[in-house]
Amino acid sequence: MAETAAYEWKPVKGFALSGLFWGAVSVLIGLFISIQLWRPELNIPPFFTYGRLRAVHVNGLAFGFVIAEIFALSYYMVQRLTRRPLLFPKLAMAQLYIFNIAIVAAAVSLLAGMTQSKEYAELEWPLDIGVVILWVMFAVNILGTIIKRKEEQMYISLWYLIATVIAVAVLYIVNNLAIPVGLFKSYSIFAGVNDANVEWWYGHNAVGFLFTTPILAIFYYFLPKTTGIPIFSHRLSIISFWSLVFAYLWTGAHHLVYTPLPDWIQTVAIAFTIFMIAPSWGSVVNGYYTVGADWDKMRTNYLTKFFIMGITFYGLQTVQGPTQGLRVVSQLIHYTDWVPGHVHMGTMGWVAMTISAAMYYTIPKVYNTEIYSVKLANVHFWLVLIGQLIFSITMWILGIQQGAMWKAVSPEDGSLTYTFMESLLANYPYWKIRTFGGLLFFIGLCIFAYNIVMTAVKANKAVAVEGR
Amino acid sequence: MAGTIYKKPILFAVVVTVVILIGTIVMMVFPMFTKQMHPKLENLKPYTALQLAGRDVYQEDGCFYCHTQTVRPLKAEVMRYGEYSKAGEFAYDQPFLWGSKRTGPDLARIGGKYADEWHYKHFNDPRKLFQGSNMPSYGWLANHRVDAKAAEARMKALGFPFTKEEINALAGKTKLDALVAYMQSIGAAVPKKPGTAMAAKGEKNPLTGKADAIAEGKKIYEMNCAACHGVDARGGIGPNLTDKEWVYAVGPVGDDTIFLIIADGTKKDQEFEGRKAKGGMPSWGELLGKKKIWSLVSYIRSLEEK
Repeated sequence: MAETAAYEWKPVKGFALSGLFWGAVSVLIGLFISIQLWRPELNIPPFFTYGRLRAVHVNGLAFGFVIAEIFALSYYMVQRLTRRPLLFPKLAMAQLYIFNIAIVAAAVSLLAGMTQSKEYAELEWPLDIGVVILWVMFAVNILGTIIKRKEEQMYISLWYLIATVIAVAVLYIVNNLAIPVGLFKSYSIFAGVNDANVEWWYGHNAVGFLFTTPILAIFYYFLPKTTGIPIFSHRLSIISFWSLVFAYLWTGAHHLVYTPLPDWIQTVAIAFTIFMIAPSWGSVVNGYYTVGADWDKMRTNYLTKFFIMGITFYGLQTVQGPTQGLRVVSQLIHYTDWVPGHVHMGTMGWVAMTISAAMYYTIPKVYNTEIYSVKLANVHFWLVLIGQLIFSITMWILGIQQGAMWKAVSPEDGSLTYTFMESLLANYPYWKIRTFGGLLFFIGLCIFAYNIVMTAVKANKAVAVEGR
Repeated sequence: MAGTIYKKPILFAVVVTVVILIGTIVMMVFPMFTKQMHPKLENLKPYTALQLAGRDVYQEDGCFYCHTQTVRPLKAEVMRYGEYSKAGEFAYDQPFLWGSKRTGPDLARIGGKYADEWHYKHFNDPRKLFQGSNMPSYGWLANHRVDAKAAEARMKALGFPFTKEEINALAGKTKLDALVAYMQSIGAAVPKKPGTAMAAKGEKNPLTGKADAIAEGKKIYEMNCAACHGVDARGGIGPNLTDKEWVYAVGPVGDDTIFLIIADGTKKDQEFEGRKAKGGMPSWGELLGKKKIWSLVSYIRSLEEK
């Protein structure tokens, strides 16, 4: 008790629960837009059409869920790893309130059609300023606490957090530079090919520094914590870290293969993308060998399987991604449903699983209690695993089918075999299966949220009884 | 040094920043200052106020999530959509709207492909033109007026030339009008390639009257042609194909003429066997190929009133 009292857990709890709420809402929206794809009459203009809801789904999960949980778990890790309370606890609480207001404003503005139309950077300029302020508040607290730390050596997770804080700031500010026209509209200061290059330098590294580096920070901290086994190789984690942070920024243009972007930029990006397999698998191997000290943990410790499946999907993702970057593969699967299949293995597999496991560990710690139900956590695990696999695998098959139908030519006279409509009609069965996979995932997520909330409720009740 | 950096957070942060900036500078900052990132085709024009208003609608409603605007230099793609995209087409695009997913078809060559009327009909109810399409209806945009004042401010912000009359003319326009105007402007800077003649003058249809050709022609017709000429081929946006009138005059035309009209499309006042076309027929030659077009001709011939 005495030790717990010294730390600041309020912002951890606040961000953890806020993120859970926005995550559930955004996945529900994702489920709805997946149905809109095969039931177009469910588009309700102007606010609830696919074109607007998709932005809410993606932003809700990237900003509302993932960033909130990154804030929560970073504030937990940084206090533990520096052995001191958060430097500015009040600032963190202010950040929590502003964050939730910003998410509401973001959702409303996107539904109203206010968008910069750059993927992962849709929010209009006043909200961009809000995001920058929130990020600065986060950076000040994280860096400040690290500088004033009581533990001399910085652990791997802190390296990844520092890299995250810096890279996101640079990426976000540059890509969102715009000419405002009134409060609700702006135009990018970049144009055409150049704008595309800036956007995907940003877009790919948003994935890198929101869905990779902070999640690796979480992985490197919580895997040893939950299993009680130290990380296998410190040297490997050093090599992985520096090569990952260096190479990521070169790779964005693999999103623009075969576009009018100068060829040399595409080629250099593809080369670095292939190189990225090495640092990514550095962490994968490190994770495997860590648990390799005692594989029995997969059975005896319910969180180990979350981490091992999470890092496995990270490993698959970081082989699949570079493969997609190759011109010969890109020409078949680019612009098809393969791509959402790829993205969702990363987000539903790697990111969501790792975050969930870390939350199962953290929430009981900060509430000074035990998890409400390990059984429910296991149900959650299987539902999100199966749901995600149905989603991703279906979309890969569909993507290859689409790509092949678009390319097919008649051997007789070289004319195209299929019209675009024929390829679209062939999508419907797969899209319906995808919705089913998404439904399983959503149910799993709700069980997760219920388990976490009940853990908090149980702890608060116990405190109330004690206080009486 | 190697070990101490993990004990010095400020030094560590500085090193990380430098490491991040190397790739950033080489791949993003440096190209920005080279000419190859800012090309402009000679006949590329800035958007008019109405077109820009339409582009804003395209952004607002997230059209770019389902439609790309880049034709890749791949054989099948150029056949399906048209000339591959050039870097110099996008100089006035702030932001670029290339997209990343084709739930619907690419739109880089949509400008001028169909008549305005086609677009209005399609936006109103896509399933009337394409059975089984999952495109949401956008007819509701006709109930929203273009904000002329905002449009003027936006033209100024982008530095596009405009006249007072042009802004005044926006007063009666709806967002749907603007969106259609934008559609028609996409890809206008790239000249449409004249197709190589796929049939010689006077060539006869080798598939005349063949039952399997007529059946295949019917299938092709329903997928590609019914949208404009009607499911029963009695006309719609395009003319009736079952009556005695061909190219707006009574009397038959040769197989080769029907073939060429399908393969190359028509332009206003283009002459076919002494008759003048009204224009608006898109070209299908690259997409369908010779055999499918002859099947189509067989099918159309089978519909003719005797």
